[in-house]
Amino acid sequence: MEKLGSIYNRFGTIIVLLALMLIVTIINPQFLTMYNILNIFKQVSINGLIALGMTFVILTGGIDLSVGAILGFSGMILGLMITGGTPDLLAIPAVLAIGALLGYFNGFFISKLKLQAFIVTLATMTMFNGLTLIVSDGIPASGVTKDAPVLDFFSQGSILGIPFPMIIFVVAFLILLILLQNTVFGRGVYAIGGNEEVARLSSIPTNRIKTWVYVISGMMSALAGVVLTSRLSSAQPTAGAGFELDAIAAVVIGGTSLAGGRGRLFGTFIGVLIIGVLNNGLNIIGVSAFFQQFIKGLVILLAVILDRKSAR
Amino acid sequence: MEIRMTDINKSFGDVQVLKNAGVHVKEKEIHALMGENGAGKSTLMKILTGVYMKDSGKIEINGEVQEIESIRDGENKGIAFIHQELNVLNEMSIVDNMFLGKEIKNKFGLVDKTTMAKLAKEKLLLLGLDVDPNTLIKDISVGKRQLVEIAKALLMEAELIIMDEPTAALTDKEIDLLFKIIRDLKEKGVSFVYISHRMEEIFELCDEITIMRDGEFIGQKTIAETNFDEIVSMMVGYDLDDRFPRVDVEPGEVVLSVKELTHKGKFEDINFEVREGEVLGFSGLMGSGRTEIMHAIFGNIPFDSGTVYINQKEVKINSPIVAQRLGIGFITEDRKNEGLILSFSVAENTVMPSLRTFTKNKLIQKGQISEVVAEYIRKLNVRTPNQTINVGNLSGGNQQKVVIAKWLITKPKLLILDEPTRGVDVGAKKEIYEIINELKKEGVALIVVSSELPEVLGISDRIAVMHEGKLKKIFDIKEATQEKIMEYATGGGV
Repeated sequence: MEKLGSIYNRFGTIIVLLALMLIVTIINPQFLTMYNILNIFKQVSINGLIALGMTFVILTGGIDLSVGAILGFSGMILGLMITGGTPDLLAIPAVLAIGALLGYFNGFFISKLKLQAFIVTLATMTMFNGLTLIVSDGIPASGVTKDAPVLDFFSQGSILGIPFPMIIFVVAFLILLILLQNTVFGRGVYAIGGNEEVARLSSIPTNRIKTWVYVISGMMSALAGVVLTSRLSSAQPTAGAGFELDAIAAVVIGGTSLAGGRGRLFGTFIGVLIIGVLNNGLNIIGVSAFFQQFIKGLVILLAVILDRKSAR
Repeated sequence: MEIRMTDINKSFGDVQVLKNAGVHVKEKEIHALMGENGAGKSTLMKILTGVYMKDSGKIEINGEVQEIESIRDGENKGIAFIHQELNVLNEMSIVDNMFLGKEIKNKFGLVDKTTMAKLAKEKLLLLGLDVDPNTLIKDISVGKRQLVEIAKALLMEAELIIMDEPTAALTDKEIDLLFKIIRDLKEKGVSFVYISHRMEEIFELCDEITIMRDGEFIGQKTIAETNFDEIVSMMVGYDLDDRFPRVDVEPGEVVLSVKELTHKGKFEDINFEVREGEVLGFSGLMGSGRTEIMHAIFGNIPFDSGTVYINQKEVKINSPIVAQRLGIGFITEDRKNEGLILSFSVAENTVMPSLRTFTKNKLIQKGQISEVVAEYIRKLNVRTPNQTINVGNLSGGNQQKVVIAKWLITKPKLLILDEPTRGVDVGAKKEIYEIINELKKEGVALIVVSSELPEVLGISDRIAVMHEGKLKKIFDIKEATQEKIMEYATGGGV
């Protein structure tokens, strides 16, 4: 088991991903077609965007439970703005700014008032969900993409045959990867998760960085909200429910420690794909939805066990 | 209890950490175990207490060859280990800690709190500790926690108690009490193995001493028949000619001056200044406010009133970020919790405060970092296999050098060192003093906070003495003696 753990650590989650793909392909070769692979990317992009932001938060040793609620709220605002006549080219950046603002709200309480991230984001999750219901009166906004070509492009568009949601996910990944690995900010994120007191005494602006990771998480959630609203062509008041758990699962499967300080964005990228391949693959080979849930949970548990072993 | 360990060998993987190591502790004896960090003291003791299994060798208890199979087995044989980082749960009561895992049950199979509290109280009183056994550990001082650990050892009827750096976090008063208790227990037939870096304590307390180096038994001496220099040269393997190399530098401009600095309840009306090329020592008992002043100057804790000047200019330092920008470096006393991220690499730790200076267009230049880190590893003689190893794997002295490197890269004009040689072995201590001297020659202003009087006297140019939050006196090194400093540090001398 120890040895297994160290192999897992070195080659990351890629082995798990490839093994999963291999198993599914053996059972049903239809899985490994270009069409289906692109489809998987399309399907995972929403969870992927959230999980990328979540990785920053978890690396600092925090957690963001409000991502689904931010997704839901920003999707709803987007729907209401566009059905209210605001051009989509204006509404989309506005909604991203709102996501960032809600994230700042989380970050403020967590860094300045030193409250626990779990409690703060549990509270704001409930608050933001409430806000969504308040602004929408509980009624979905539908036909959102009808006169909004830019928004429509977010889910239906493609460049050189590559679906646009996949492009967003991959580009966001690359930008955030550079931010995390090659900037002072990114190294600070790791340092805070490693030991916040040491980081602070090393003159790292810990409060500012901690606030910013929630801003990033909020903004990524809002971006995911834009993609989801585009895909559904409507904004549902409860659209965001449950997204936080899939995102956290992807981060953890990707090998990032919930204690902070250790993990990689690339791991999250693979973790997102593992969840996507599981969902898609289990469907393709005809596993019932009930079993799918169970197997997904099992994979998460397995990832944590392996991670635990490799950390020793 | 008499213990004789002979020819003990132990390897971890390819690394042999003990080579024919051993120790012979007689009944009613306080036996010091000394050696530099990494000499194998802890490993040897962990074998004695059943934490590790030996590869070969012999353990005799009261003349009988015995195997110690597990921690529980060691405890049953009457051997207790009190670790440096005390093994107590802060949120639990004294009695619950003492009986942890060995709770007494009543006839219903439930924990018998009354009996446990009674027995706990008995043992605590034996140590002169009159506290309610239901008090939470977090509500008693570190010194008392230590006594709780001893009480726990008595509870399991230990005949040999191993103590690893027991005084590291204690005040002088608590140390005196601890020593008295150890001597009392010795009279009652308990033997001790006493591990410490503090030579003065060993001479005060112990009967015999065993010296280890590089996992080997080097020699055993009777304390009354040996001396400091002999022990040190046995530990390091060569003669350490001068413990405190001293250089004389003509002090330059005033770098830091502090006026009427006050933080109610911690320190009050503190005034002092430090010049370029000068070492200002800070002496005083633990809890006298020395560390708090340094944290306040560094912007880590706020103060109520007073002014700080850097290069004669009034400054407002409200965070370590500002402090660093003004050219202040701060080596904190708690290396593990404040100085280093133990799970991060040597390189990552080394560049933490200076990372901003290694960027181009906001992007970190990794090549440049490894060059500079390599340069400082060489300069400070950090013994590490490479830059990417976790800093937690290095010995205490080398960890401390990494902390120093961390701040030297920022090119500070004022460097504050709080207990810079705590938990550092003798050889590395001298290297750290030499680094301090080197900085002094370069014109850096230095503040060294230290609880070790010989150290303060050995490296400072002037010595500030604190007592209960007040700066009682600043001595010039020419007029300072251990006695005078102690007098002021304990509230006398006015």
